[in-house]
Order: sequence, then structure tokens, then C-alpha cells
Amino acid sequence: MRVPLSWLREFTPLEAPPREIADALDQLGLEVEAVEEPGRDVAGVVVGRIVDVVPHPDADRIRLADVDFGDGTLRVVCGAPNIHPGMVAPFAPVGARLPGGLRIEKRRIRGVVSEGMLCSARELGLGDDHSGILALAPDAPLGADVREVLGLDDVVFDLSITPNRPDAMGVVGVARELAAYFGLPLEVSAPEPGEFVDEIDGTRVVVEAPDRCPRFVAMVARVTMGESPEWMQRRLRLAGMRPISNVVDVTNYVMLERCRPLHAFDLGRLAGRGVVVRLARDGEQMETLDGVVRTLTADDLLVCDADSVPQGIAGVMGGAGAEVGPATTEVLLESAYFEPSGIARTAKRLGLRSEASARFERGVDPNGTASGAQRAMDLLREVAAAQVDRRAIDEYPRPVGRPRIQVRTARVNALLGTDLSADDVRALLAPLGIAHESTGDTFTVLAPTFRPDLEREIDVVEEVARRVGLQHIPRTVPSNPEKIGGLTPAQRDRRTVVDVLVGAGHDEAYTLPLLAPADLERAGLPLDGVIEVENPLRAEESLLRPRLAPGLLRAVATNAAHGTPDVALFEIGTVFAPPAAGAVLPTEATHVAAVRSGVVRRSPHEPDRDASVHDLVAVLEAVAQELRLADWRLEAGPAPGLHPARAARVLVDGAEAGVVGEVDRDVVRALDLPVPVHLLELRLDALLGAARVARRAAPVSRFPASAVDLAFVVPEGVAAGDVQRTIRAAAGPALESVRLFDVFRSEALGAGRVSLAFSLRFRAADRTLTDEEVGALRGAVIDAVVAAHGAELRG
Amino acid sequence: MSAADLVARAESVAREGAEAIAAAGSLDALADAERRYLGRSSPLHEVREAIKTVEPAARAEVGRALSAARARLEELAAGRRTELEARARAASLVAERLDLTVGGRDYRRGHLHPVTRIWRELEDVFVGLGYRVAEGPEVELDWYNFEALNFPPGHPARAMQDTLYVRLGEPEQVLLRTHTSPVQVRVMEAQRPPIYVVAPGRVFRRDTLDARHSPVFHQIEGLAVDEGITLGDLLGTIESFVHALFGRDVRARFLPSFFPFTEPSCEFAMTCVFCEGSGCAVCSRTGWVELGGAGMVDPNVFEAVGVDPERYTGFAFGFGIDRLVQLLYGVDHVKHLWDGDVRFLRQF
Repeated sequence: MRVPLSWLREFTPLEAPPREIADALDQLGLEVEAVEEPGRDVAGVVVGRIVDVVPHPDADRIRLADVDFGDGTLRVVCGAPNIHPGMVAPFAPVGARLPGGLRIEKRRIRGVVSEGMLCSARELGLGDDHSGILALAPDAPLGADVREVLGLDDVVFDLSITPNRPDAMGVVGVARELAAYFGLPLEVSAPEPGEFVDEIDGTRVVVEAPDRCPRFVAMVARVTMGESPEWMQRRLRLAGMRPISNVVDVTNYVMLERCRPLHAFDLGRLAGRGVVVRLARDGEQMETLDGVVRTLTADDLLVCDADSVPQGIAGVMGGAGAEVGPATTEVLLESAYFEPSGIARTAKRLGLRSEASARFERGVDPNGTASGAQRAMDLLREVAAAQVDRRAIDEYPRPVGRPRIQVRTARVNALLGTDLSADDVRALLAPLGIAHESTGDTFTVLAPTFRPDLEREIDVVEEVARRVGLQHIPRTVPSNPEKIGGLTPAQRDRRTVVDVLVGAGHDEAYTLPLLAPADLERAGLPLDGVIEVENPLRAEESLLRPRLAPGLLRAVATNAAHGTPDVALFEIGTVFAPPAAGAVLPTEATHVAAVRSGVVRRSPHEPDRDASVHDLVAVLEAVAQELRLADWRLEAGPAPGLHPARAARVLVDGAEAGVVGEVDRDVVRALDLPVPVHLLELRLDALLGAARVARRAAPVSRFPASAVDLAFVVPEGVAAGDVQRTIRAAAGPALESVRLFDVFRSEALGAGRVSLAFSLRFRAADRTLTDEEVGALRGAVIDAVVAAHGAELRG
Repeated sequence: MSAADLVARAESVAREGAEAIAAAGSLDALADAERRYLGRSSPLHEVREAIKTVEPAARAEVGRALSAARARLEELAAGRRTELEARARAASLVAERLDLTVGGRDYRRGHLHPVTRIWRELEDVFVGLGYRVAEGPEVELDWYNFEALNFPPGHPARAMQDTLYVRLGEPEQVLLRTHTSPVQVRVMEAQRPPIYVVAPGRVFRRDTLDARHSPVFHQIEGLAVDEGITLGDLLGTIESFVHALFGRDVRARFLPSFFPFTEPSCEFAMTCVFCEGSGCAVCSRTGWVELGGAGMVDPNVFEAVGVDPERYTGFAFGFGIDRLVQLLYGVDHVKHLWDGDVRFLRQF
């Protein structure tokens, strides 16, 4: 909503400087997006009349115009298509200044000297219109400064109005707020029609859908079409609207002034000279003012002629059929109150948000319809030589009364943390048009119907807060001693896991949780069961990720494309699976995934080496140790998107909790990666919910340890982790540690066989183990491994 | 030999020995010289043996000469040893030198995502103020995202948030949450007051990823419901948070606004930390940086979750985390937050 200061001053005597007014508007909740002073950069531009237009001797598109600017006539070169003799337009002679620092100089254009320039609206900083030279009113005085003529010396406040405040979509509503803020009087006229009747010389109004159109006022007048006067055009332009004709400009003027959208029909083109308001039929079509044929539904409200032929989409846009034009001699003025949510649905569905619909969908004042119509009639008399019929038709079967709201002063103070008296509260409310009906600490107020947001006590409390000013409310903090902050164990564990990954050299990435089907295909993951977005903006963002892997693999590809194929990344985030039985929402789980690609830099100390899947196994071990998982292991086996012979499932408490492995070569190829990539993806929830070893100190033995090294030859395919588990089980509590220190294959061992060498340390808590005891433990371990894995002890 | 001869002999050996010690170029050569002139086979030893052959009265003179010669050589040898040892140590230091500036080996720490850094900082500030951290699903029912928050169907405020719907349930029943406010409803359903929680989380809008927009971003929501909570408590709490995060010189400003689920509602801003309020490009010359929205919980929301609005009052607030990240770390392009480019991530 663009509000010129001069217009506000018509209703309240504002004297404060623009900066202070802008600040007041902000404090009132009418957010100021910009304060414009359009004339600040314009100097020396005057009103000129084009006396003659002749062709340019050497160019087709540009012409020469002789401009009378009061003190003489000068010739300018002009390329605009709309200039003609007699046109009155802004003329910038040599020396004039325009917005953007442009200074007019004498220029030679294609051999002809131009002594100045005729200006478009955009060149004067008046909006975006650059289609031609701005036409001024024919009666504008030649030589006058265009800043005065166009109101460029005005200040315009560009306000962002919240959806609850239709009243502030009108200059009067903004003036009311400012008058209250500055303690100034507010004077707004409320002219009423002379008489309310059912019919005006055969013109009738039939409202077939009173729920959607609770009130419809119609008035008629004979008019002389033409341009509106300069003052009206100026205000419309400053408010961001284009002048069209005197009749249309009057309807827009009243809409901007009082948030009272109006529509003028050419009465002569309304069949039966009457109006029917009804719901559309599904599939019914009509052409709107903008020349577009719209297809309607039974939820759209139409304003039709007496033959029920649509002449406008109620509250949204008029139709082409009965549009007022140069030939119009009689108008029917519609001033209606349409039900807000119906207008919002229609405007949204048609993608057609007009100045009128923006106001109707917020809720205009049902009781301002008749005076708004009369205000327009008074203006038509002034600017369109109208002969106004004093009668008005008013279809208003169920008048809307002012809501009565009980206000408890104690409640106001309890909610705001203030210490106001009942008198204070009433005095704060009065300038907003909120009258009180009773006195005492609990009293009743009457809310004005131009404020549909005032229905409940809390709504009135908000008005008190705005009037007190949020900056004047004492700032405190809640003091309940019971409130104790903190993270849950799961939230702390989640941070721990992230810290372990960072400590392991992985950089944390965030990837979009919205994926394309191709992202899953390239990552080798199945598409079935993946949750779809109903209305994605792009196909690339049409699925909810079932895994973190595709996003991280894409990040590896991005890095490789930028010349960094060697990366270690991780992500922690939500993934989505189909709803559980009986549920509507998808199953959400938190995953943590890590990828590692390319080369691990070790130079200059040692040669660089290729990243390996064991780098990620190390990360997994670190996570498992930090979380103190009681029972976890790897089980070799294929997993989607991973190299079938280099992948394992992560089992926690015997259940699958993730996968680790080398990314399948097909996937590496599909993603166009120059290097192998390794992936770990874990279901964090499964990890955090698993059995954990408590942190408890055990005594540290002061007796010496006995070291035993054992090398076993086992068939290829026996998992080292399983052998290690067998060793642990067989050795029992005396085993302090076991470490696999060598994996060895050779011709001497024979094909299909591998040597695994373990270093074991035995120690007892209470004594030095004897050689016999250690020997017995050694024997037990050997027997167990030989029996369980078909192993042979190596000499 | 006469006593005089022996004295002369001792002195000449001392001279010879002094030359040999001075000439020793290494610790080995020095040891050799010491052996020759101070050891058993030293000529001084012969002189000592020969003392017996002179008359007793002259023996003391020879003895003194011998001691002096010995003492001189020992002193010279010790001095020479110190010299040679220092030289050897200097030589070995050159050989053993390690250039530590070559850098560390085999260990590289990763980096937290900048959003995670600010996210944790925000959680920690509110934990310090006595809040717990609540969570909720990213895919939500219309009920939690809109209806229970006092956005009836067709409400114009719904149009402020361009929603992504999910192909589940009834049409437009399941959606990607457009704000973290549904967590308020879930917390109030699950727990009776007093409630003091913040809910950081991921939210979604129907937008294309570019320099300034993302279909996914992060917000943090706050909710306090208790007896006697006032609007003043809301304003003071946000001011405390701003002070905790940015320091005491930063001020908080509140302007009335509108949200369906709070009343009174406000928007809050803080002093621009770049220009300290004097106006710059970051704050569009206003001196203030918009942070988010807040207000007193609307009684309709309390009724939707069965909390008695006459007994309890509450406040709620919410603001964008990504915007803070952009401000604090100077990130000009939100796309950087999402493409996993290590050239970006390793800067934090």
C-alpha cells in the first residue's frame, strides 16, 4: 500500500517530518518498506505543449517536436510513438535534472539538434511506465514546475500491510492510526445516499448467493466520460495506479482512500439494466477486463446482468462486456461486501490478485458500502459532470452489527506485564474507533466493523499493546525456578557422533533432502516406496530422500568437477520411508553417512595412498567405541549401490543398522567420478537405541602381562572379525587385548588360503599368570579357532 | 740424571704434550695425546721413576716440576675436550635437524557445517536460559502446520507460505512443514505446562535454490507456557538471547505484526552488528537486522491443544538460522550451504 503524505494530511493535520512519521508507522505495525520522495532528483522540468510534430529528415522512428513551454518554443528530437500536436507533457529543457543524476544537455541526434527532452513516467521516477511520453492534463499551466503538477514534491510511504488489517489498505485507515499516535484529530466525511429503494427506474439487484455477498449497494448516474483532473491522476500515480478515465479513476480513488473497492458498469450495456449476483456453474467461462477468457467453478461468485450473463468475477475483476468506455453515458456503481474467504479462494485459483481482491479477502467494512458509493458519486459529480440519482439500492438482508467485547483490565495487564488503569485502557482504545459501553475494571467495548480483526478480548489487548508501544513495555524474563534447561541424552549423543566424524577428518555437508528419481538410479538405489512430493517446483526436487548416500555422492561429484576428487564428507539428517501401518505420516529416521574418495595425503612423510573402505571401518569403530555399543559387528554381504565383494552390513544387537563398503563401479561410472568412493551409512536411531556398556571403572592390574603371538592359516572367505570373536570367547576374562597385526597370502600357503596373525596379551587382576596357565589359555584359543574356522596353526 | 736435567725433561715433555693436545683434531686424537703424555707410558712417568736416582734434598724440586707439568697438561686437555665436544655436538645437530614446519602427518580434522555451528550456539544459549530442546517431524499434517495454529483453510496467511505437499493421505493433508511452529503444538499436546522449549529444525518452502532462496532452510522456534507469562517476558527473553549471542551493546527492537497463532504479535530485529546501527548495505541502511517473529500464544491455539488459556499464558518466537549464518560468516550465497563443496566447508 503506497500512501502519499499529502493525502494523509487531508484527514489529519500531520506536521511531523517524514522520518518521524515512518518511525510511527513502524511502531504501529504498519511496516514501512520504503519512504519515497520522487521529486528529490527532478529539477527544472516544466509543463510544455507540443505545437507541431514533423518527421526527422534522416530517421523513420524518431520525430521532431516543437514544444511551447510558456516562455518560448524549442525543438526536440523524440522517439516516443504517442506524441501529437496539442499534447501537454513534461518538458526537460537543457540544464534540467532527472533521477539517476541525468543532466539534460544540448545534443545532436542524427544531425538534428535537440534542445531538451520530453519525459516518460519512468524518466521522472514515477513508476515503470516507459511506453510513451507522459500525457499531462490539457489544462496544466505551461511552464509550471512538473514537481508540483505531478505531486513529485510529495512523500510516499510504501507500507507492507499484514493480512489482518484491511482498514490500513486505505489512506483513511492509515491516517486514523497516525492521528491516534500523534494525538491529532481525524476528520473523515461519511456522505450517505439520499434514499434507499428497491428499484431505480427499472434497475434491480438480485443476490442469489447472500452468504457470499452479504451486501450489495448500487447507485446510478449519467456521466460525461473523459480524463480525470490532474490532482486525481497525481494521487493515483503516487499510489501506484495508472489513470484510465474519470469514472474508473474515481472508483480506484475511493478504493485507495477508504479501502472501499467499487466497480462501475456501463449501465447501457447491462442487459435488462439490472444485476444478478450468483455462483458460477462449473466450467462456465467469461472474458475479464484483461482480455483473458477464464474458466470458472461453482465456488466462484459472479456479478451478472439481469439476463444472468456474467459481467464480472465478484471482488476480483470486471468483465469486458459492460466495461465503461469513451461511449459510456450512464453508469451503475457497485459497492458490495463479499465474503472474504470465497474471494481468496477464487483469486488464488485463478492466480488473479487484484487491488480489489486483496482488500475483499482481508474483509472490507460491510457498513462502509453505502457511504463509499455516495463518496464516489460526489466525486463523479466533480470530475465527470455526473448527474447523480440520489437513490441507492441496498441488498443487505442481515446487517452486521459492531461486536461487543468484554475487556478485563487485570487480564490486559497480566498479558502485557503492564500496570494500566481501566481509564488508561479506554483512553488508548478510543482514537482507534473502539468505543466503550460501560465503565469499571471490566467493561464492554464496541469494535468498529472496519476492523474485522477485533472479535475477542485478546484482539483488544493487542490494540492496547500497539497503543502503549512495544518499546515502552517493561522487559522481564520468566522466573519459574523449576525451569531447567538441557539436552536429552539422545541429543548429546548426536553431537558426539558428529564430533567423532569431524575428529576423523570428515567435513560436514548438508545436501538437499529433495531428490530426483535419477539421483536414486545413479546411486544404485531402488525407487519403490520412495515418498513423492505432490507439487514440486522442479523434477529435481520431487522425491523425499530415502537415504543420505545419493546427496553425498553428488557432493563428491561436485567436488571432483571442481578439481578436488580427494574428499571425506559426512552428513547427519532425516530420511523418509513409507508410513507405518495405520499411519499417515511417513516414517522419519535420522541417518548419519560418510563418504571418502580419492587419495589420502600422507606426503611428504610417507607416500600418499588410496583411500580405502577400511578408512570408513575405522570411523565406524570410533563411533561404536564412543557410543560404547555393547554388541556390534560387520557381516559381509551385498548392499544396493555397493561393490558386491566389498560391502558389509553393520549389525547392532544382531539387527541391521547400516552398511559400509566401496561404492559400486557402475555407480562411480554413472556419477562420472574419476576415483573410487567408499560409503558408510548408519541408522543413528538404531545406534542410540542399542545396548551400551556403562562407563564404570574396573581395577587396573599391577601384575605383568604375558604376550602370545598366534598365526592361523584359514580358507579365504573366513572373516577376520569372526576369528577374533572366537579368540575372545575362548580366552575369557584373562585376555587383556587381541590385535590382528598381519594378513598374509603367498604361493607357499597355497591358493585360497590366508594367514591371519594375532597378538594376544593375557593378564590377571590379582596375580602373575604362570607359564602353565598361559599355555593352557593358548591351547584353548588354538583349539577353538581350528575347530570353528577350519584353521591351521602356522609353525 | 741430575735433578736439573729431570726438571728440564719434565718441562720439555709438558711443552711437547701441550702441542699435541692443541693439535688434537678430534676427541679420539685428544684421548690418544692424553694417553701419550699423561698415561703409564708417558715420559713424565719415566721422570717420576728417575726421582729415586737424585739426592733426597733435590727430590722435592723435581716433584714440583712434575706436578706442575701434569697439572698443566690436564688443564689443557680438559679445555680442549670441552672445545671438541661442543664442536661434535654442533656437528650432530646439523645431522639430526628436523624441520617441524613441514607439518603434521596423517591427521586431518574435519569441519562442522556453518549451520551446525550456529545451531549448536543457539541451543546452548537457550539451554543456558533454562530451555529444553524439542523436536518434531519434517513431514507434517496440515493440522499441526496450519489448522491447530489458527490458520483455517483459505486463510490469507496461508498464502504467505508457499507449501510443498506430499503424496500421502487426503489431498493437501500431508505437507513438508513450512515452519518449526508445529513443534509447539506437538509439545503442548504431549506435555502440560510449565513448558520451556526451543525447537531448531529444517523447514521447506516451494522455492528454487539460488543465491537468496532455498526450498529447504532452518529455523528455531521457542515456546514458554506457564502461569503468569507476559508480553514483557517475551521481549526480555529475546533481548537476553540477543545479548548472549552478540554482546550487551546489541539492542533488540520489536514492532507489532501479525501471525495467526500469536496475539499480540511482533517482529523483532537487532542492532546491525556490522554498522552498529548507523546504517550499511547489510541492514539496507536501517541500522536494524530483522530476525524473526514472536508473540503471545493465541487462546485459539491453547484451545486446540487443551490448555486452559485463563490459567496459562505463553509466548512463542521463531527465526531463521540460515540468515544468522549468512550474517555472522558473511555467506552471500545460500546455495553454498547445500552443495557440499569442501572449498566452502573448510572455511569454518
